Amino acid sequence: MRAFGLPLSVAVLVVVALVSIAVGAKGLSPDQVWHGLFHDTGTYGDVVVGERRARTVLGLLAGAALGLSGTVLQALTRNPLADPGLLGINAGASAAVVTAITFLGVTSITGYVWFAFAGAAAVGALVWFLGGSRGATPVRLALAGTAISAALYGYIQAVMIMDDAALGRMRFWTVGSLASASDGTIVRVLPFLAAGTLLALGLARPLNAVALGDDTARALGAHLNRTRALAMLAATVLSGAATAACGPIVFVGLMVPYAVRSFTGPDLRRVMPYAAVLSPVLLLGADIVGRVAARPSELQVGIVTAIIGGPVFIHLVRRRRTARL
Amino acid sequence: MKTPTESRAVRMPGGLSLRLDVRALAVAVLLAAAALAAGVLLVGTGDAKIAPADVLRTLAGNGTAYQNFIVDELRLPRVLVGLLVGAALGLGGALFQAVSRNPLGSPDVLGLSQGSAAGALVVIVLLSGSAAQVTAGALAGGLVTGALIHLLAWRQGVHGYRLVLVGIGISAILTAVNGYLLTKADLVDAARAVVWMTGSLNGRDWTQVWPLLGLCVVVVPVVLGHARALRMMEMGDDAASALGVPVQRTRLVLMTAAVLLTAAATAAAGPVSFVALTAPQLARRLTRSPGPNLLPSLCMGALLLVAADWASQRAFGADQLPVGVVTGVLGGAYLLWLLVTERRAGRI
Repeated sequence: MRAFGLPLSVAVLVVVALVSIAVGAKGLSPDQVWHGLFHDTGTYGDVVVGERRARTVLGLLAGAALGLSGTVLQALTRNPLADPGLLGINAGASAAVVTAITFLGVTSITGYVWFAFAGAAAVGALVWFLGGSRGATPVRLALAGTAISAALYGYIQAVMIMDDAALGRMRFWTVGSLASASDGTIVRVLPFLAAGTLLALGLARPLNAVALGDDTARALGAHLNRTRALAMLAATVLSGAATAACGPIVFVGLMVPYAVRSFTGPDLRRVMPYAAVLSPVLLLGADIVGRVAARPSELQVGIVTAIIGGPVFIHLVRRRRTARL
Repeated sequence: MKTPTESRAVRMPGGLSLRLDVRALAVAVLLAAAALAAGVLLVGTGDAKIAPADVLRTLAGNGTAYQNFIVDELRLPRVLVGLLVGAALGLGGALFQAVSRNPLGSPDVLGLSQGSAAGALVVIVLLSGSAAQVTAGALAGGLVTGALIHLLAWRQGVHGYRLVLVGIGISAILTAVNGYLLTKADLVDAARAVVWMTGSLNGRDWTQVWPLLGLCVVVVPVVLGHARALRMMEMGDDAASALGVPVQRTRLVLMTAAVLLTAAATAAAGPVSFVALTAPQLARRLTRSPGPNLLPSLCMGALLLVAADWASQRAFGADQLPVGVVTGVLGGAYLLWLLVTERRAGRI
């Protein structure tokens, strides 16, 4: 199982990705998907495949980013309930993007991805400040994150009230969706996602040491502050870029690392690859469900992940051990 | 927990005695007076300005026909709704914070506001309902959410931390549902829904005042009657049980009261953000008493909401910016400060 687990997960991911290309308002047969992917001649089916390919690739990238970001945050805060959505980091990115779109006239993702980073980083720093110190329990962190999110979503609403045009655009973006994905979006966020992913994977060993507690980590020769700062940077870049590309998506970064740890154990060198592969499975799966469940229209993926993830979160909370950690 | 030095025991004939916290009572009276004064000021504010003295004369029944119409029909109900909503939110917030034993455990954070919003959005978006139906939907949404949180947090009794975390989970789900409903709406309905979701006092009339007043008259005395037990519970469930407090029953009664107050307030004015979060905190700083500070929180909530509405009307003109935007901005700034100071004190 140890040797086959990761190849098996990758195989599952490939299947889910192909299903994601085949399923939608117009269903495609496996032949058509194959034809569209490898022998594009511009038939109707090929065009559909082209549209869904961008969406699927973005789902892959954003899913991996959110899963890794959640893994890093959970290790960093020693808190199984940490999630970029729950800690307010996505809300920070959203608020910054809304500001950019409404007040500064930024329209392209190249422009507002920087705002997303700034917002994510600001909230990330705040969360770090609140949770980096000793004595921060999961409850405290989650509360602080939710309160920050509430304030930021209030701000976003205020902006939408004052500007009907912004409301028209923003109400679709703020739920978290893959529907508007394009090759351009992917190319623009890809460098950030790649950098964040490499950084996160490189931090697996030092973060393992940090998880043992400050004193032990220091005794093992880990650079505590440098590791923490880099980990926060990785989490921020990953969730900021994912949010800039698809809007705020909650709970993916919470659920997948939790599920993965149940069969890998706590070693981040094993958790991270699985989280990176299985998070897109969840995100794409949720996207597929959203396309099928509310025909003829769609449920945005952020809504599906919240509806699946909320009960998982509550289940986690009801297990006494987790909440008291 | 420090002992309030200014509390006095009032002994009555027949062996009855009552502990009175003089400072808390004085703070409550002052805040109530300030809230009423702000209310009078608010009645006089708008396109047709009326001096405070004239407002008082009109309220006493000696105004001109013109003033009578403006005050009695247009502005008084709005101000009363503001006072009642603020009071209900302040008291509800104090209860939630005391029961969850966390200064951030307010209905905004625990998902109740999102529940009310979901109820209202269903009516606005899917049923295109009237204002009264929106109110009913919001009330139902808030109550169902409150019951759900309580049920899910129940496991051989409800504990503060689990209540908070379950509430956060529910809140995340409902936020997504609300976002979805908003994308389903056409732009006009969406704009109406967003204004509702921010919390506004615009266009409130007597039909909103009476139910809210009735509820407050019933619930507030019940809550105040449990204040002593709540104070004991702040020391922890075990200590409170040892002192003879029926912990789970008290918590159920108080949670029900808090959910009722919050849901009714939200149904009347929309989820005005952060009043429930900030009012108890500000009240606590004024009374310098660690207890739940129920009555001061209630008066502080009323003052906050009416003052915020007045500020928004003065700064942006009548009915331009809903009061929820003002409380949201002020509350957000306050929240930041609170997070920093409470963290330093290790209380969050």
